Amino acid sequence: MTAIPVPSPTPPWTLPRRGPVGILLFILAESALFSVFVAAYCYYIGRSLTGPTPREVLHFPVLMTVCLLSSSLTVHLAGRALANGATARFLSYWLATVLLGAAFLAGTAREWRELIVVHHLTIHSNLFGSTYYALVGLHASHVIAGMVMLLTVAAFGLAGRVRPHHVDRTDVISIYWHFVDLVWIVVVTVVYIIGR
Amino acid sequence: MTTTQLPFAVSAKERAHPIFDPLQEWLETVDHKRLGILYIVFALVFLVIGGIEATLIRIQLAVADNHFLSAHTFNVLFTMHGTTMVFLVGMPILAGFANYLVPLQIGARDVAFPRLNSFGFWVTCFGGLLLNASFLTAPALLGGSGAPDVGWFGYAPLTEPAYTRGNATDYWVIGLIIVGIGSIAGAVNIATTIVTMRTKGMTLGRMPLYTWITLVVQCMILAAVSPLTAALILLLLDRGLGAHFFDTQAGGSAVLWQHFFWVFGHPEVYVLMLPGFGFLSEIIPVFSRKVIFGYPVMVAATIAIGFISVSVWAHHMFAVGMSPAANTFFAVSTGLVAVPTGIKLFNWLGTMWGGQIRLQTPMLFAIAVLLQFLVAGITGVMLAVVPFNWQLTDTYFVVAHFHFVLVGSLLFAIFGAVYYWYPKVTGRLMSERLGKWHFWLFLIGFNLTFIPQHFAGMLGMPRRVYTFLPERGLEIWNLVSSIGVAFQLAGGACFLWNLIRSYRRGAVAGNDPWDAWTLEWATSSPPPVYNFAELPVVGSRRPLWDLKHPEDPDWHYE
Repeated sequence: MTAIPVPSPTPPWTLPRRGPVGILLFILAESALFSVFVAAYCYYIGRSLTGPTPREVLHFPVLMTVCLLSSSLTVHLAGRALANGATARFLSYWLATVLLGAAFLAGTAREWRELIVVHHLTIHSNLFGSTYYALVGLHASHVIAGMVMLLTVAAFGLAGRVRPHHVDRTDVISIYWHFVDLVWIVVVTVVYIIGR
Repeated sequence: MTTTQLPFAVSAKERAHPIFDPLQEWLETVDHKRLGILYIVFALVFLVIGGIEATLIRIQLAVADNHFLSAHTFNVLFTMHGTTMVFLVGMPILAGFANYLVPLQIGARDVAFPRLNSFGFWVTCFGGLLLNASFLTAPALLGGSGAPDVGWFGYAPLTEPAYTRGNATDYWVIGLIIVGIGSIAGAVNIATTIVTMRTKGMTLGRMPLYTWITLVVQCMILAAVSPLTAALILLLLDRGLGAHFFDTQAGGSAVLWQHFFWVFGHPEVYVLMLPGFGFLSEIIPVFSRKVIFGYPVMVAATIAIGFISVSVWAHHMFAVGMSPAANTFFAVSTGLVAVPTGIKLFNWLGTMWGGQIRLQTPMLFAIAVLLQFLVAGITGVMLAVVPFNWQLTDTYFVVAHFHFVLVGSLLFAIFGAVYYWYPKVTGRLMSERLGKWHFWLFLIGFNLTFIPQHFAGMLGMPRRVYTFLPERGLEIWNLVSSIGVAFQLAGGACFLWNLIRSYRRGAVAGNDPWDAWTLEWATSSPPPVYNFAELPVVGSRRPLWDLKHPEDPDWHYE
């Protein structure tokens, strides 16, 4: 093929990186997914025919919220450390993120245990139970998915395999993790503030 | 010199197995062109299955008080026909075209995430097979509950465990969740490809209209398919774990399901129809020998349709009893969406106006779309009028309307697109003679089948009812409608025969059989694995025009 004629001079040509674009588009889909769960939660607030009610059994999860939100900061600092070539600092921030995520999940586990064993609230009990476990469970499953990704990178990091040029990939996980935190703010607002 | 024979080395001849080697290649391929073909072949197989289901429905409805099918079988058939045509034909065939064409049109060597692409196809394939595996659980075979019979919209509380026992509905729910995951994977991939992999010089304002429309459609898939996935997950929680989302006896809401379903369901109509517009926007200029009329307006209209389409969903629910404010809002927004679609229609006419029109098969299908989509659009605006809708909701008028959209417009556009791009994919032209038979038989058959349904609907014939009483004035419309199916089947047979026969015996196409202008025609037919030996650089919307007419390039006029 002979070259197609083009007007000269040709302007410089740069396009966005595919990792961030891909994950942002995926987050668009995830946002739509969460929207339906949140809409269902809001629609059913106060419509349960039987107890227990949210006011009786839910407590604002201060510690869990602090853990998850600060993990956004640590994952961001980890990315910045990696971009600057400080792999040791990257690893410590990254592991801190893993620990904070694990603490959040432990908090969820404790809360669910209390709800099920002490208050006898299951997904089958009433509309509150159905919507609560669906929404909080959907979010928690996203935290678990994020943890799997964080742990995979942590394993490579501990093996000394994460190099500064990998920052493109850790950025993708970082964006996803920020999204999971953002969703938690919505979940907390809907479940523990408006819904109570 | 001594030659040493390595123990593992096998010559190419010994290794090549006539069946298993190609099979293995197709199973593990990550090439966007092969995956595109896999999507399209998968969809064509299900087009035949869904077509057989429709044929059985029309045989049952050919005469009044018929007992060819039982009421239950009829319910199964219209459920599986609708679900198959939307999720296993429409979505995958359009994903196939996007996969094949987008990297070629933007001058890329593959998609952004080739392995995700492969994942998307095989997940879709698995979901489709799982859904249809429900047929095997029929009482006569495995003593289960057979295929789903809750309608393609799966209205609650019919889908609740109290009303549909057995696993039929679970096949539907899980099958569609899985197909939805495939759609999301595909959409992320194609959209990322368009955003990040355009060849040098291809600014957004120079992208071919098909690629532009595909970008908008992928964003719509992301925004529309995941609400369905979410609603299906909630329904699965109801069915599997005893949650109460749509369980009216525990305070759940059946209407909420309708909102969730149509938040997906209406944008979905545009997700299906917009790529059809993309095909027309490629075919009509080439076969009119003119540049597309109003390119920026076409792009703007596409984006407008994308935005408006997410705010029209409840026009499917006027008969539910929403508030007057909600009815008014959704009536107005539905009327509003007719404006950008009307603009498109006029732009295609403007493209044809004064052009040297070549009436080859792709163009014939495109012209038929213009007329049939006009009818579909007009009945759509009629149905947006709330009192009219109350009168005709759930009648055959609605069935006729959306078949004019999905068959008369989308399927015709897809046929046109197959005739247009087949030479690029195979290197051979499809037969014009068979193509004309296909076109005229399908045109006559389609209109015979679906025009009478408008009248049957206005006379009060309800949808989804397995038979009708004689002497209500419905017999003649239903009989004509069923006769039309025979013509459509004959046309469909011509199409399939043409596809198969032309693969070996079609005229050799060359790189650019239509004298077209977009980049896919710059490479060989079929394109090599790497698409372009040297990545092209473009300076206008019609790079091949610039190549063929260097003295008068397009960028002087854009």
